Amino acid sequence: MNPFRRSPFVIIAAVLVYIFLYAPIVGLILYSFNASRTNVTFEGFIPAFSERVVMDGSLVKSSPCGPFHWYCDLAKNNDVAEAAGNTLKIAFVATIISTVIGTMSALALQRYNFKMKPFSQLSLYIPIVIPEIVMGIGILTLFSQVFGWANNAFNLVGDARLSLGIATVTVSHIAFMVPFVTLVVQARLQGFDKSYEEAAMDLGANEWTTFRRVTFPMILPGVMSGALLAFTLSLDDFVITFFTNGPGSTTLPIYVYGLLRRIITPQVNALSTVWILVVFLAVMALQILQNREQKPQH
Amino acid sequence: MTSEFAVEMRDVVKRFITPEGNEMAAVDHVTMQIKNGEFFSMLGSSGCGKTTSLRMVAGFEWPTEGEVYIEGKAMGHTPPFQRKVNTVFQSYALFQHLTVYQNLAFGLEMEGAGADEIKKRVGRALEMVQLTGMDRRKPKQLSGGQQQRVALARALVKTPDVLLLDEPLGALDLKLRKEMQLELKALQQQLGITFIYVTHDQEEALTMSDRIAVMSKGKVQQMGTPVEVYERPSNKFVADFIGESNFLEGKIKSISGNEASVFIPSLNAELVGMSISEGIVKGEEVNVCIRPEKIRIADKEAVNQNMFRATVTNTVYIGVDTKVFVDAHGAKLKIWEQNRISRLDPKSFYTVGQEVWLMLLPENTLVLKKD
Repeated sequence: MNPFRRSPFVIIAAVLVYIFLYAPIVGLILYSFNASRTNVTFEGFIPAFSERVVMDGSLVKSSPCGPFHWYCDLAKNNDVAEAAGNTLKIAFVATIISTVIGTMSALALQRYNFKMKPFSQLSLYIPIVIPEIVMGIGILTLFSQVFGWANNAFNLVGDARLSLGIATVTVSHIAFMVPFVTLVVQARLQGFDKSYEEAAMDLGANEWTTFRRVTFPMILPGVMSGALLAFTLSLDDFVITFFTNGPGSTTLPIYVYGLLRRIITPQVNALSTVWILVVFLAVMALQILQNREQKPQH
Repeated sequence: MTSEFAVEMRDVVKRFITPEGNEMAAVDHVTMQIKNGEFFSMLGSSGCGKTTSLRMVAGFEWPTEGEVYIEGKAMGHTPPFQRKVNTVFQSYALFQHLTVYQNLAFGLEMEGAGADEIKKRVGRALEMVQLTGMDRRKPKQLSGGQQQRVALARALVKTPDVLLLDEPLGALDLKLRKEMQLELKALQQQLGITFIYVTHDQEEALTMSDRIAVMSKGKVQQMGTPVEVYERPSNKFVADFIGESNFLEGKIKSISGNEASVFIPSLNAELVGMSISEGIVKGEEVNVCIRPEKIRIADKEAVNQNMFRATVTNTVYIGVDTKVFVDAHGAKLKIWEQNRISRLDPKSFYTVGQEVWLMLLPENTLVLKKD
């Protein structure tokens, strides 16, 4: 037997780690049921269901939704729906495009030798290591310069004027997600033997069919993890989005930040709880899918 | 019209750029003609150019110089998917995401075969490699030997003119490998298609091949039947690479007709009646080569000119043979004596320190040019 397995220190350490990781989340979820409107201290659950909201100072005494008062509050909030819609739109488009570009560059870096290869490889790390705020300012500068020049050069007026919005946020997200996708896919390609592709060609498949029937299905798990990483990065990106968004392109993180600057109500907690739940279910679904894929079929 | 040769390589050179930026010829002016229906092996240690040669036939590499012909047609830059050859890979390269059936069907789908035809041909191929009933398994669920058979069936189901095999048995254990050697040979004879087989295992090449090309440093050292390359190696490399050999350095003393006498300084004696190959002249330094099993040991001198006194320095009993190591005037020789009589008495074997007479018969001895 492993002597460490019985050691109480291991158990204590494990418990501490779990507390450290999950206590904030548990607290956050708990506070989404808080009766207090100011959300500074936990004043207990909202006790009663009633026809209308009854307030006692800053305490909610009863609500048509009972303990789920803040969730109902959230559902009525059109700004949240819009922000969530923007966030998902941006995340989907940016994930698809950055996964395609990232996968192609990973394949190129893995199989071809070219003069600028060391530089290309190194340049992948730059967007990852430089502070996000620097990149955000950089992208903003680029957009305002180019847009300013284009608006003047083509005399664009009114709605035709180029300005910050969903498109600029999406493009910026693609820019910072591509290196992540490339590195994840590249790591998965390390074990990919080129003899699989040679075998496909040997059996009569041309380059495109080889990619479609052999290469892509074999690297798909790597591409999927790259895409998943990109998707989560896009969902919760704040800094770059902050610099590149414009009117009508508010995303959830930006919206939450805006809420916090005004007044902290448990609505924020309710929003975060829903958010966590959605992400959790998505990750679970992906895990189940992957396990089913790997399970041997009899 | 089909050509006499299934595959022909004419003066093929393949140069690579090494990571250090130097040019290196992996295949250096190789010419080979492989006949229809032949079991042809390329034999050599790693880096000799055998796999690169095979890959040029398959179309995975293109020659830097020279030309590869398949069925008489110059291949040029024809891609692999347009060549009527199929390959069995060393790593098998089975598609892990597909079942055995789908792996075999892949090549037929590429030909545009219909579902019924695919089913029939895949079934027949699986039967041929004795894997009937395994068609719904994934490659990972099969043993190494079974995977090897799937790889073989996947290539053969395409009914290629030429089957290329790149060390296909390398990953199998010895017993299975020996079984598969005989099976492959039987299969090749039954199907009548040309096999080009790459291996570093000389026994494998000798067992299966009609002809062998012994390769080293990108060049073909000798091409011939297994008997020819073993009994008449054309140079010291081949004599040393295939089987074992004793080499004695010598000098041609005189030549009359096809026969020569060779002076061996280490024996301080002359070997007479040696047959020599063309191009060897009087006074030339040569290597005299004799296989360990072809030296005769006698207890006393007989009437023969090519006899030398020697002292036994070591003996090793290995069952089939007894290996006898001797020292003749400083020349160290190894001799394999077959144990043809069952015996236990240690005195009936040669003992260390024993004086013996060695007989080097001219017909068992080769005179080779110095490399």
